[in-house]
Amino acid sequence: MARPGARQPAMRRSNLGFVVSELVLKDFKVRYRNMSLGVFWSLLNPLTMVALLTFVFTKIFRSQIPYYPLYVLCGLIPYNFFTLAWLTATTSVSENPALVKKVRMPTALLPLVSVLSNTIHLFIQLLLILALVAWYGIPVTWHYAWLPLIWGLELVFIYGLGLATSSLHVVVRDVRYVVESVNLVLFWLVPIFYSFAMVPPEFRSLYEFNPVAALVLATQNVILEHRSPRPVLVWKMTLVAGVFLLAGGWIFARLRKRFYRYL
Amino acid sequence: MQEAIRIENVSVIYRPKGSRKLLRQYLQDRLTGRRDEGFYALHEVTLRVGRGEGLAVVGANGAGKSTLLAVLAGLLEPDEGAVQVDGRLSTLMELGSGFHPDLNGWENLRLYAAILGMARAEVKQRAEAIVDFAELHGYMEQPLRTFSSGMVLRLAFAVAVHADCDVLLIDEILAVGDAAFQKKCHRRLMELRDRGCTLVCVSHISAMLESLCGRGLWLHHGRAVMDASYQEVAAAYTSFMNGTDRHLWDALPAAPVRTAGA
Ligand SMILES: Nc1ncnc2c1ncn2[C@@H]1O[C@H](COP(=O)(O)OP(=O)(O)O)[C@@H](O)[C@H]1O
Ligand SMILES: [Mg+2]
Repeated sequence: MARPGARQPAMRRSNLGFVVSELVLKDFKVRYRNMSLGVFWSLLNPLTMVALLTFVFTKIFRSQIPYYPLYVLCGLIPYNFFTLAWLTATTSVSENPALVKKVRMPTALLPLVSVLSNTIHLFIQLLLILALVAWYGIPVTWHYAWLPLIWGLELVFIYGLGLATSSLHVVVRDVRYVVESVNLVLFWLVPIFYSFAMVPPEFRSLYEFNPVAALVLATQNVILEHRSPRPVLVWKMTLVAGVFLLAGGWIFARLRKRFYRYL
Repeated sequence: MQEAIRIENVSVIYRPKGSRKLLRQYLQDRLTGRRDEGFYALHEVTLRVGRGEGLAVVGANGAGKSTLLAVLAGLLEPDEGAVQVDGRLSTLMELGSGFHPDLNGWENLRLYAAILGMARAEVKQRAEAIVDFAELHGYMEQPLRTFSSGMVLRLAFAVAVHADCDVLLIDEILAVGDAAFQKKCHRRLMELRDRGCTLVCVSHISAMLESLCGRGLWLHHGRAVMDASYQEVAAAYTSFMNGTDRHLWDALPAAPVRTAGA
């Protein structure tokens, strides 16, 4: 086996933040610079879905959930964020062979950049939620302080997941399609258009282990119910995020050695 | 002399059919324990390069030159052997990795510098010098897609040679821009070398290569067949490439790797 000797790291630790911020900035500029309507496009998709779901579930199914459009947004925006961030993280390594094979940038930064780029996108959409909150005249409480923590946990979870799938995607080409299918199934396992109360009690505890569902629940708690998420929910999110980060990091570290040969 | 690079019996095996697979194929190969056949892209290469030395790596297409640089850069872990590189290493293997046509000159400069491992403060400090070097004043506000391809390469080269390094690996990109710019690049590389930076250049035989590199390494089918002064290697390699004894070398093909179960 190869025994690499004392080798200086590819990049000084203090410079990692710089390269990540430059790459995120690049994604952001490229995405928005050439759009005449710019930010509007990132709002179009959730707005259409909200209108559609609101019509179907208030006019056809006569749902009793109050502030239905806001309720839908609290589920749809986290869900959309998760699916996009995970998918772009998954393809981040295989779509950047030049950054993997020609320069010494740490490759584990690539899925991180994908997740963070989508986070900027997410902030724009969160403004939509705040706009609706203001429009309905719903009070903003101190419980909002929970939002950075639970969203932070979600980012850790997605990064861990992205480390795993991005490296697997280099080895097995169809991982991308698996990710897309899982995302489709997931739509039904997140309380977007139905409420958590409709989930049979015997499944609720398990249901909460899904970090996307947990994120939606916590967001709903804070914004619509003016209360903190239950501690057990936050603990579950922390546990799942930690496990995924460790497992994803481990898988990535094992498969990284193949990147040069496979890309 | 202090050594900057030391590699010992390094071998790299490529399995062309063993790369990215569909899940079905992957599982099938996993279950049947089939190993894809491969060949040695590098075969027991041993090499030492002193600090501040210039090494030219020559060889036909597919000889394993880029593979050797990837091993030195730590981008590719060899199947066998040990690699040791001292000091800060920088690569010039492809100009402008990460460049984006919609970003302007300044933005691409910062991005590329960051990718090459420079610090934010260093970039700020050196940006003017980089643009001076690339002779692109007045263009930097334009998006990169409006640059000519020569201008893009000049920008990339200028950024890359302003990164600090103790070892610089260069893969076939010495011929950048017009004659005047090439002269400038050449001068800059000489300067770096005289400051103690070790150069490993993959390139075609040229006067420029000769002045940069005192030593030559000739790779053939993954084997180091000659490691001597630049003049000797250049003479032997040139006469081989033009000569009539080429067929003799075909008796020395890339070594295949025995596949398990075959
Ligand atoms: N990732 C790879 N997988 C399989 N074979 C490869 C890969 N990269 C290069 N090769 C093969 O290995 C040999 C050496 O490649 P390379 O080092 O790029 O040669 P050079 O730079 O000297 O032209 C070539 O035959 C090439 O086709
Ligand atoms: Mg090559």
